[in-house]
Amino acid sequence: MSHDEHGHHELSFKEKYIFSVDHKVIGLQYLITSFLFLMVGFGLMMLMRWQLAFPGTPIPLIGNMFPAELAPNGVMSGEFYNSLGAMHGTIMVFLGVVPLAVGAYGNYVMPLQIGAPDMAFPRMNMMSYWLYLPGGIMMLSSFIMPGGAAQSGWTSYPPLSIINPGQTVWLLSMVVLITSSLLGAINFLVTTINLRAPGMSLWRMPIFVWAQFVTAVLLLLAFPPLEAASVLQLMDRVFHTSFYMPKDLVVLGKAYAGSGGGQPLLWQHLFWFLAHPEVYVLVLPPMGIVAEIIANNTRKPLHGYKTMVFSMIAIGVMSFMVWAHHMFISGMSASLGNFFLVTTMIISVPSVALMTCLVFSLKGGSIRYNVPMLFALAFIPLFAIGGLTGLPLGMTVTDIFLHDTYYVIAHFHFVVVSGSIIALMGGTYYWFPKWYGRKMNDKLGLIHFWGSVASMVGIFAPMLFMGLAGASRRLYDPTAHLHNLPVQGWNVVSTCAAYSLFLFQLPFIYNFFNSMWNGEKTVENPWQATTLEWACPSPPPHGNFAKTPTVYRGPYEYSVPGRETDFWMQNDPS
Amino acid sequence: MGKYGWSLPVAASSYAGSIDFGISILHVAMLGIFALWGAFFIYLLVKFRAKPGVKAVREDHDETPAHISVPDAFSKLPFVQLLYRNRGELKSLIPDAIILTFEVALIVFYAIPVWSRIKANMPDVKDPVRLEIVGEQFGWNIHYAGPDGKLGPRKAELVHFSNPLGLDRANPDSADDVVMGNEMRLPVDKTALIELLSKDVVHSFFVPEFRIKQDAVPGMKIPMWVTPNKTGKYEMTCAQLCGFAHSLMRGDVYVLTQEEFDAWYQSRLATIPASAQPTNPAEDF
Amino acid sequence: MSQTYNPTEFMGNADTHSGVTNAKLGVWLFLASEVMLFATLFTSYIVLRMAAVSWPWGWDVLNVPLATLNTVILITSSVTIVMAYAKAYDKDKAGFQMWMAATLLLSFAFLVVKGFEYGHEFALGIAPSTSVFYAVYFTMTGLHGLHILGGIAVNAGLLYMSTVDEHWQHPLFLGRVEGAGLYWHFVDIVWIFLFPALYLL
Repeated sequence: MSHDEHGHHELSFKEKYIFSVDHKVIGLQYLITSFLFLMVGFGLMMLMRWQLAFPGTPIPLIGNMFPAELAPNGVMSGEFYNSLGAMHGTIMVFLGVVPLAVGAYGNYVMPLQIGAPDMAFPRMNMMSYWLYLPGGIMMLSSFIMPGGAAQSGWTSYPPLSIINPGQTVWLLSMVVLITSSLLGAINFLVTTINLRAPGMSLWRMPIFVWAQFVTAVLLLLAFPPLEAASVLQLMDRVFHTSFYMPKDLVVLGKAYAGSGGGQPLLWQHLFWFLAHPEVYVLVLPPMGIVAEIIANNTRKPLHGYKTMVFSMIAIGVMSFMVWAHHMFISGMSASLGNFFLVTTMIISVPSVALMTCLVFSLKGGSIRYNVPMLFALAFIPLFAIGGLTGLPLGMTVTDIFLHDTYYVIAHFHFVVVSGSIIALMGGTYYWFPKWYGRKMNDKLGLIHFWGSVASMVGIFAPMLFMGLAGASRRLYDPTAHLHNLPVQGWNVVSTCAAYSLFLFQLPFIYNFFNSMWNGEKTVENPWQATTLEWACPSPPPHGNFAKTPTVYRGPYEYSVPGRETDFWMQNDPS
Repeated sequence: MGKYGWSLPVAASSYAGSIDFGISILHVAMLGIFALWGAFFIYLLVKFRAKPGVKAVREDHDETPAHISVPDAFSKLPFVQLLYRNRGELKSLIPDAIILTFEVALIVFYAIPVWSRIKANMPDVKDPVRLEIVGEQFGWNIHYAGPDGKLGPRKAELVHFSNPLGLDRANPDSADDVVMGNEMRLPVDKTALIELLSKDVVHSFFVPEFRIKQDAVPGMKIPMWVTPNKTGKYEMTCAQLCGFAHSLMRGDVYVLTQEEFDAWYQSRLATIPASAQPTNPAEDF
Repeated sequence: MSQTYNPTEFMGNADTHSGVTNAKLGVWLFLASEVMLFATLFTSYIVLRMAAVSWPWGWDVLNVPLATLNTVILITSSVTIVMAYAKAYDKDKAGFQMWMAATLLLSFAFLVVKGFEYGHEFALGIAPSTSVFYAVYFTMTGLHGLHILGGIAVNAGLLYMSTVDEHWQHPLFLGRVEGAGLYWHFVDIVWIFLFPALYLL
């Protein structure tokens, strides 16, 4: 299983760095690209936050750089605000977090952790990336389309999304991105099933690998319905079919020309059938990262490894059965509401189990507080806030009031931003030594950590109060609603915290690039970890392991009594 | 603008209290869960921080058998033995069990019955106020059926800015109908039975003080109801993104005494032109 | 770049390998995603039809004889592709090429017949926007047709590859033929559901 069979011709620059089929290069391509898209999505949000805090005032510094249709006299228009909102959500979910969690971390680390020389289909891996990047650019290009970017929410509900501009490019981009994702999912599944090193039974796989595995199953099965639904929406827009358009629509005084007979709710069901599993795609790999970092820095095995595995599988299965808790108020039948209420309650069980295991893992440990560990620990209470705020949203009766308010926005941002993204940042500090053979600077890491956590809480905690006051989401001018006036001050707080969050990313960006060249050089296994990615050079060469490793034990054999060191690597034959 | 409120709006309908009860009890539980777990978490972080010379202590059920394939575990061991072998692991599920019991109780005794009362069934009252609310980009049309309890028919050809719902005034059912734009008045302590519609895109009818919210979906006629129980001025807004002026789609809601409401209604009826002939929409543009 | 390991050999024992080759496992997983894709369309069809005020009978408005012919064509092509695989298994290059060419011919015939159907409908001024029935009909048969095109590309590619010795002799070639066959059978099965669902109900 070494690369003897592979001819030793020198790869061209194009083959080595651009169209590489090496999972590590592709992983780094995904890393940089998704970071860039995250910054774009972040920038869109910063624009929105100005309008929310100071509605109707010109955007400072750059306001006059926008074309007059978007921001006359530097004041954002309603259409522009809506496109910023729709594109922020789309970019963060589909171009940012998932490619980072799955395409970057999954691609780079997972094959190493199972002792594989690469992915099962290296060329298909390359194709996945080279569909993602153009798909992402195509998605961004919707800003320069006539009429403007997509502005019907990332949820694209028809009939609005059929009559609004920008949506066709959004739909076509989604088709490209979904294809990229499907190819990746197939690759991850086959690699995990077939390419594990000898001795790496399923119960010896690191939790991160299990998380990526369940995530890949979700991506494989949940995305095609959205693809089909998007095709139907494309048909409605381009060929004027009526899959989602009912009869007798009158839009701004004019009758809409179409055969009618369609149903807006059909889109909602199909969209959420994907979008709910998608949120577990957003959360599971980061949770896997947190588990890895915690096991490493408590110097003891994870508590409840098997419980965690079964919980992840249970979440995966249940995630297909809860989607309409996003639709309690949609007009679907009330009894469906009861069904999804029950399934949503059931899915909270494995979620709580996962968090319990993470907390109990700390008990009895010898906890090291390095920068990755700080991020991993912060994940726990912050994700918990996100999860807990899901309770009143998942309950039909209370959702009547809270649906489509800022409470929802607070809920999902706590889970994805102060949950997933915090975990992914921790993963960066943790695995950076493996990618580049150098460590990131700790002082800058601490500044980044404390600043980010404080800012994130500052942005999203006020939104809980706003939601309880009944402040609706997606409002271009929040002060247009009288019942929002008592909570408008919180918008200013959130905006200041958002800008502060941006500032605290600057040390991180500097740290990342500077450390690539000037960081303190490290050894193969700087964290004294047990999993296989630390059993090869930093960075690993082409083919990863000089000799295929053999695995002798589970993934978290720390502090085994009677041994000299407090960690026992999986492939250590002694 | 410098307001930092953090509470629910005033409760002004008969079921607002039920909804608020759910929100309150859940938040008490959430805060309690967070505080307890948070305290335990901080305790662990302090107690088990790395100290020189002190090693981590593995849990005794960590001797994960080296080589169990999933099929083995289920075919060779009876289920009870399996649970017993993993009893250490299963301790992780105790917090789950407690929370689950609370959730099940809440669902069985609260969510299902209250949901049924508010959303699944229209209350059977004699003499309700009947309305039809039709959302469009970007306003709410409030169409009262009037004392006869019958909503006058609407025709697309009659739609005109003076007659946004295309109400056929020639029909006797329309004789006592009043149509308002972005203003709704209701008598206190009387149940209003409402049919919610939309002309163009998905909107959502939301009155925070009533705790009423329902998506208005084109092609569907969705029933909802409310019994306001506090006079005052409230607000109705659109709670589902419906276009560039979504944030401007709002109106005022007045809950009046029965006498005030009747007086107002009569005054509105008086403003309907004596001639029931609608103007020709094509001519006016 | 060729792969850095030899996938025709298993990498481990039953604990670390499924016993199915990477390619075959990959194709099955791909087909699982395709099942979800078409299931969504069928579900949408059911939902829209059940809610419809009126819906024409398929046999009244669509060309059942032509579609029946297409069904026979497609089923036959599934047989020919199995024959192609059998010949490849026996290392019979000429036999493989003949049967694969037959499969391709039948696939083109399917598309030609489909073209006739569509052409007739367009000539009558019928389009997807005409009614929800036609929206469903054109979208589902159209997407299925795109999958046929995809299959044609793959099969033609394999036919071409069999003329190049390096590919014909490659240890993975048989697996590729098998994978293509699996995909082709799937496309056939989708049609076997589509045909009655649209034309006969």
